[in-house]
Amino acid sequence: MSLNIIVLAKQVPDTRNVGKDAMKEDGTINRAALPAIFNPEDLNALEQALRLKDANPGSTITLLTMGLPRAAEIIREAMYRGADTGVVLTDRALGGADTLATSYSLAQAVKKFGNFDIILGGRQAIDGDTAQVGPQIAEKLGLPQVTYAEEILDLKEGFVTVKRRLEAGVETVKCPLPCVVTVNGSAADCRPRNAKLIQKYKYAVSPSEKEKLSDELKAVVEARPYLNLQEWSAAYVEADPEQIGLAGSPTKVKSIENVVFTAKETRSLENNDEQIEELIKELIANHTIG
Amino acid sequence: MSDKNNLIVYCEFDDGKVADVSLELLTKGRVLATTLGVKLEALVLGDKLEGVENQVFPYGVDVVYKVEDKRLYPYTSNPHSAVLINLFKEIEPQICLMGATCIGRDLGPRVSSCLHSGLTADCTSLEIGPHKDPKSGKEYENLLYQIRPAFGGNIVATIVNPDCRPQMATVREGVMKKEIFDENYKGEVVNLDAAKYVSDADFVVEIIDRHIEKSKVNIKNSPIIVAGGYGVGSKENFDLLYDLANVLGGEVGASRAAVDAGYVEHERQIGQTGVTVRPKLYIACGISGQIQHIAGMQESAIVISINNDPNAPINTIADYVITGNMEDVVPKLIKYYKKNSK
Repeated sequence: MSLNIIVLAKQVPDTRNVGKDAMKEDGTINRAALPAIFNPEDLNALEQALRLKDANPGSTITLLTMGLPRAAEIIREAMYRGADTGVVLTDRALGGADTLATSYSLAQAVKKFGNFDIILGGRQAIDGDTAQVGPQIAEKLGLPQVTYAEEILDLKEGFVTVKRRLEAGVETVKCPLPCVVTVNGSAADCRPRNAKLIQKYKYAVSPSEKEKLSDELKAVVEARPYLNLQEWSAAYVEADPEQIGLAGSPTKVKSIENVVFTAKETRSLENNDEQIEELIKELIANHTIG
Repeated sequence: MSDKNNLIVYCEFDDGKVADVSLELLTKGRVLATTLGVKLEALVLGDKLEGVENQVFPYGVDVVYKVEDKRLYPYTSNPHSAVLINLFKEIEPQICLMGATCIGRDLGPRVSSCLHSGLTADCTSLEIGPHKDPKSGKEYENLLYQIRPAFGGNIVATIVNPDCRPQMATVREGVMKKEIFDENYKGEVVNLDAAKYVSDADFVVEIIDRHIEKSKVNIKNSPIIVAGGYGVGSKENFDLLYDLANVLGGEVGASRAAVDAGYVEHERQIGQTGVTVRPKLYIACGISGQIQHIAGMQESAIVISINNDPNAPINTIADYVITGNMEDVVPKLIKYYKKNSK
């Protein structure tokens, strides 16, 4: 049985390397100023999709991402690991979206695909940590959801069986297809890039990237349909302008602060035996340690 | 939308008990409801709910909604979502709070999506205040300020939902304090007919197996925490922290960067996206001190920071700062503790 699998992924700013120009004045993120990476848990989701494809030959994996045109980078990254193609949902009108406007936009894009069996995505993205977009897309599409997935155990006869990792234990659930599954970081790591796939897909480009290629390379891309990624606009996915971007976001950023913590009276100690012994004696004397 | 609409807390109920995180939210909800001059309501779904009201009334709950159906326990997404969505359409709460747990973070987004109401995840503080829309100039009174570190903990953002109701927020366990409002407080019990709010078709997901493994790591209640950050450098170096924690009778915690780097398991993560702790002693080793980490440990009584970088942000909230390599300092702490104790 071949499956149509959609993987939702996000190109995220690497929040561990944030520079000064990271924030715009309106409190939204200046993504262009930051190093961009494949959201880690979306890679865990991709691995689960690749395993489904391994078990069900003839399946296709389509990556769907919303963001700047350069998000095509993560589609190629996914193709180097075994995905088949991808779509960048990109439009200025989508900018400044909160999770609800984002999930509406992505749900509209999913509707454009027509038939699919399962949607997989990471539990959450490291730039927002909300874990909201997966369940919200499920709701908008009227689909059941399985969150906190650690492993897809089985997929057959219209059902998927999933092991979930919760705070205090594990749960195994059986959910009818199609559905949305969001995958935890505790799931298996994504397999590495495959050298043959890198060769095959290194010129896979979106329309806006194709524009910048030499005529020679353009001809190469045009001759091979599998090198043509897609870029969809808000209008193409028939998104209601009232429900996307900043305007479609019920939550508003009121203010952004760099918090200054109330400084305590700090004692600086040298890293030498006398001072460390003195500290230990003090902590024992005041019963902080026993 | 009247501003007299109430504040409701979705209460998690398992093993005959309302979850701590829900009681913490009721405590916070009581304060917010009083500020707004509205009622504090609690919503409990599940099986065998007899007497559950007595667990929540002391937190100042005015109304308890009970929805009992044995299929509502254990939690599954669609049925619980259906109850909240249908009930909220009827009673129109202005604010809904829930735990930022595997349940709350599964349920909240689904409900907010259907009701088109804003939801803010993992808030570290909730307040009531006014708001003026910078574009339209429209002014609002008494909005819920949903305050959370954002962007990997590099900033703190205050989020508001000016026009959509309910204003929804999730909060992690341990972030708010649980406190009895009045032992003798009594509210009203409203038993709702489950069949009115959830249909058979909502029960689509079948739970095949469920085994609770109580978390082995108990950093939340440990009086002494030795925490490591990215600066610890390796999984092997973390062994030093376990040694120190063992001799002091404490637990090992970690910053998100150390967890992301694979040095230590996620259960030990302290901060906004991990556990909030309030130990007697917090020893931070190689932790720079992003806001999202500090949010989870700033109420520690005594903080010692061991860091190569004398300007690490965490040093500003530390009582003692030792500038140096943790690989040098930690063995000395162990050595002099052994020498001086007993």
